[in-house]
Amino acid sequence: MTKDELKEIVLHVLGQIAPEADMSQIKPDLRIRDQLDIDSMDLLNFVVGLHKELQVEIPEADYPKLVTLNGCVDYLAIRKKIQ
Amino acid sequence: MPQLGADMTAGKLLRWRKNIGDRILRGDIIADVETDKADIEIEVFTSGVIERFLVQPGEKVPVGTLLAIIQEDGKPAVAEPGHIPLVAPGLPQPVTPTLLPPVIAARPPLMERRPGRQRISPAARTLAANLGIDPGSLAGTGPEGRVTLEDVQRAEQANAAKPMPELVLDRQARMRQVIAAAMARSKREIPHYYLSTTIDMSRAMTWLTQENLKRSVEDRLVYGVLLLKAVALALHEVPELNSVWIDGKATQNSDVHVGVAVSLRGGGLVAPALHHTDRLSPGELMKNFRDLIQRARAGSLRSSELSDPTVTVTSLGEQGVETVFGIIYPPQVALVGFGRVVERPWSVAGQIVSRPVIVATLSADHRVSDGHRGGLFLAAVDRKLQEPESL
Repeated sequence: MTKDELKEIVLHVLGQIAPEADMSQIKPDLRIRDQLDIDSMDLLNFVVGLHKELQVEIPEADYPKLVTLNGCVDYLAIRKKIQ
Repeated sequence: MPQLGADMTAGKLLRWRKNIGDRILRGDIIADVETDKADIEIEVFTSGVIERFLVQPGEKVPVGTLLAIIQEDGKPAVAEPGHIPLVAPGLPQPVTPTLLPPVIAARPPLMERRPGRQRISPAARTLAANLGIDPGSLAGTGPEGRVTLEDVQRAEQANAAKPMPELVLDRQARMRQVIAAAMARSKREIPHYYLSTTIDMSRAMTWLTQENLKRSVEDRLVYGVLLLKAVALALHEVPELNSVWIDGKATQNSDVHVGVAVSLRGGGLVAPALHHTDRLSPGELMKNFRDLIQRARAGSLRSSELSDPTVTVTSLGEQGVETVFGIIYPPQVALVGFGRVVERPWSVAGQIVSRPVIVATLSADHRVSDGHRGGLFLAAVDRKLQEPESL
């Protein structure tokens, strides 16, 4: 898997949580929460969705690393050992 | 047509899920109904065999309209349908006071609502149903305002010219209208009093972090679940807050079904019931809570979830506010608000320490309870949250 594929998966999971939003408009370095009106239940569903797609268990302590799209992809790349 | 919340005056039958002659059990989903807020799955409150449908898909009828006739188990069949005990699916049993007709009578009429059945020709009705057009939204040009086939065709042409987002906006506009009616009624009729207290959340948050370490991703808890459970248990101590005010008097509910205010993407909100909030473990509550929020946002709630709430909890901390001054959702008599969990200086045994705290507020109906009892309630919520392991 490449980082680009990882990004696609992250956007796909986000799209399920915020179906009304246009994922191509997401700014990769801004907080996802501010761009998509995400609450804590959405965040939990996001983490559950990533777990289903990627089989990565994300501990609560790592949630702060998921705030931006780029941060998310970088974090998941490390967890999945992707260059 | 059941009344799914105090702000509903009419509903449109979308489809029957069962057929005439089908055997149904109490709790089965028998139909889908569209309201201004959402599409609702209608549960049936009796067991028996479906004898007749009185309302066809696509029809919009006022609350209280008989939808179907069910031959109840253990009761003899009667040839004359007009005289047998008629059961409107979804209408609650008499013991459930939430939906009694006086509420309907007491509610101010909504704009653009026509009471009674709409006059529409059978051909027009069939076409409207096929096209997915709500005949109730059409102005009839036939005799006595009857909706004709031409009216439906004109509406279809107008719809075809309209881009999709406008239809979505229409739903939002209607939802705005029903919220406006319910909230205006609340402020007009209910003498609110407001209480507030700041609760130390350090024990609850520490317990939650420890607990979540043990749980897989799917089973993790959010702190909101602890708040809901604490409120539900505190209601046992001040049960008059778990009442409805109908027809000039309060009726206490024996079950605690906390209505959870869920904001919808794109605007508006619903507050469906998390059934038996007081009896479920945090894990069970979390599962049901997630499911409820998901379905609320997808617009697929069940009728009992909209008609059963006995109290409402609103948590606006996600948006960063610290204190909520809520408006009671009639006919309920109390609303509990929570703000954000914030770190604040806190005095413990003469020392100033930093603690996560949350402001809990109570908006209550002064006809039913007094400030003293309301204060006891908030104190009970606080006490429950200091013992998170017992929630």
